[in-house]
Amino acid sequence: MSRAVGLGVGALLVAGVAAGLGWAPPDAVQGNVQRIMYIHVPAILTAYLAIGVLFVASIAYLRRRDPAWDRVAAASGELAVCFIGLTLVTGSIWGKPTWGTWWTWDARLTSTALFFVIYLGYLLLRSVVEDPERAATYAAVLGILGALDVPIIHFSVQWWRTLHQPATVLRPEKPTMDPTMLAVLALNVVAFLAAYAYLAGRRYRLLTLRGQALIAAESPDFKA
Amino acid sequence: MTAVLRGAWAVFWKDLVVERRAKEGINALAFFAILLLFLFYFAVGPDRDRIRAALPGLLWLAFLLAGLLGLGRAFALERENDCLDGLILAPGDKGGLYLGKVAGTTAVMLAMELAFIGATGIFYNLDLWPAVPGLCLVGLAGTIGFAAVGTLFAAMTAQLRAREVLLPVLLLPLVVPVLLAAVRLTEDALAGEPWAASLPWWQLLLGFDVVFVVAGFLTFEFVLEA
Amino acid sequence: MIEISGLTKVFGSQPALQGVSLTVPAGAVLTVLGRNGSGKTTLLRLMATLTRPTAGGGRIGGHDLVQDRDGVRRLVGLVSHGTQLYDDLTALENLAFAAALAGTPRDRDTLATALASIGLEALAGTRVRALSSGMQRRLVLARVMLRQPRVLLLDEPFTGLDLESLKRLDAYLHDFKAGGGAAVLVTHSFGRGLEVADRVAILAGGRLVADEPRGTLTLEALQRLYVAATEGL
Repeated sequence: MSRAVGLGVGALLVAGVAAGLGWAPPDAVQGNVQRIMYIHVPAILTAYLAIGVLFVASIAYLRRRDPAWDRVAAASGELAVCFIGLTLVTGSIWGKPTWGTWWTWDARLTSTALFFVIYLGYLLLRSVVEDPERAATYAAVLGILGALDVPIIHFSVQWWRTLHQPATVLRPEKPTMDPTMLAVLALNVVAFLAAYAYLAGRRYRLLTLRGQALIAAESPDFKA
Repeated sequence: MTAVLRGAWAVFWKDLVVERRAKEGINALAFFAILLLFLFYFAVGPDRDRIRAALPGLLWLAFLLAGLLGLGRAFALERENDCLDGLILAPGDKGGLYLGKVAGTTAVMLAMELAFIGATGIFYNLDLWPAVPGLCLVGLAGTIGFAAVGTLFAAMTAQLRAREVLLPVLLLPLVVPVLLAAVRLTEDALAGEPWAASLPWWQLLLGFDVVFVVAGFLTFEFVLEA
Repeated sequence: MIEISGLTKVFGSQPALQGVSLTVPAGAVLTVLGRNGSGKTTLLRLMATLTRPTAGGGRIGGHDLVQDRDGVRRLVGLVSHGTQLYDDLTALENLAFAAALAGTPRDRDTLATALASIGLEALAGTRVRALSSGMQRRLVLARVMLRQPRVLLLDEPFTGLDLESLKRLDAYLHDFKAGGGAAVLVTHSFGRGLEVADRVAILAGGRLVADEPRGTLTLEALQRLYVAATEGL
């Protein structure tokens, strides 16, 4: 069953990305470079979703102490790092032809880099703390603080940039976007969100099975 | 409510007294800060205008670095003699203890910041007196934000072997807004600019403080008892 | 007063305590004996709510160990390896701080009485750093007494105490029992442990392997029981 879902999601992704990179019309100003938007924008939106799920799961874990919520949080944290990383890489690629450098201190890119470090830190914290219950608790607190900080960082970096430099061209949402482009973008957003849901579900399942295996291995009846 | 304030005051007072009497401690922090002063001068060079231009940033870099050390100490003292157990066994909400810790850390850091500003005036030959009231306000707001988030991570990393590396790695990205706002507002204070123009930055900084003090108040007991 | 059932604590993959059940009625002292690593300290820490059980639970004074930790904490006084004293505070200041945390009265008279009851009134203004470890252990006792606990959890309370301090501890335990309190005492010292006990229990490998009323147990009988129970472990 889940293999069928996985294939479906994969097909959707392929369709969306192909449409974006090949089929959709090129941008009037930036040309073909702008196509990276079809990956970049869905990636960051999905990352925000992952951060949001992580936030909710963290609160739920602290209140209920149910390891299932911790597994949801762990799965979301890993995917958050992946999608933020993807956003960073595509953002950098997008900027290269425009600015000539791999990195600009553009507000969005800088904020995204900070989010990447924060959630990488989340994974680091989980791996460093040995006691699983303590790791889950600490990670939950970080998950809450991180999500609260995301909008604050976004605005602070944005204001910091606009006060020091003129606004950048790297703004994906233009008010008058060609309807075809909008449609392809929407398709990719759906595809990415579906991919997140599918991967998060698989990861959650894997973590659950691993937890059960560990418990079984420790029981006195277990014969290795 | 009174239990919260009682706990906060008790922890605050105890931290200040211990900090003052400990042989290492506040002296070492102040010494470290002065050392940074010299290092910055060596790094940024004798050109007075360059130093002046970089000053707001340098000030806050120094505060953050010294603050990291101060935070580490806030819980190092609880690790001795199982004092942390004593805190956990206190009946009632642990939020008050959190507020006390944040207040204590803020007070120590503020003292260090004032000393640093004074030393900066002397060593860099700058007249900072007119800016001092403004600098105090920015210092207070920025330090509270730093301490609010830092206290949680200091409590978490206190019991880990990799604490010296983990605390900055986890804390610094989260407090970037504090750095951005505080540097901007410090620029204004040093330049004698009225704050009306930078009102959004004040709102951001104070908003950060409120959000994270509340978040810390609610989550501290989970961190403590983990 | 104390009811534990199936208490289990696993650290990672190490079971420190497995399925321990016991009861201590009001006015009684349970002495728990066992080797290092047998789970004695873990048992005390679980009862003090310093850590959460992996499985099982219990009630202390009617308050659940997991759901009503605050209720348990109000009743319990813990004497453990660490003194929970701040080296740079004076004896009096340490007591004041502990009383502030516990929410018990901390006026000068109450604190002075507590210090006097363990014979430390002359050292009220001395920093803990300058006190001998015997004096510090006495101060710990004063700190616990201030809480007016109904349940005492004592981890190796006899170590490092001089004769004077041992007498005071004995007197306090006696009064405590007479007042209807319940105590669990963990120790290596068979002789002293037996003296104060109403029941004796033995922990080995995280499991409760003996739980007897003190009755007419002699020291030799207890030692034989200990060897028999911990044989092969």
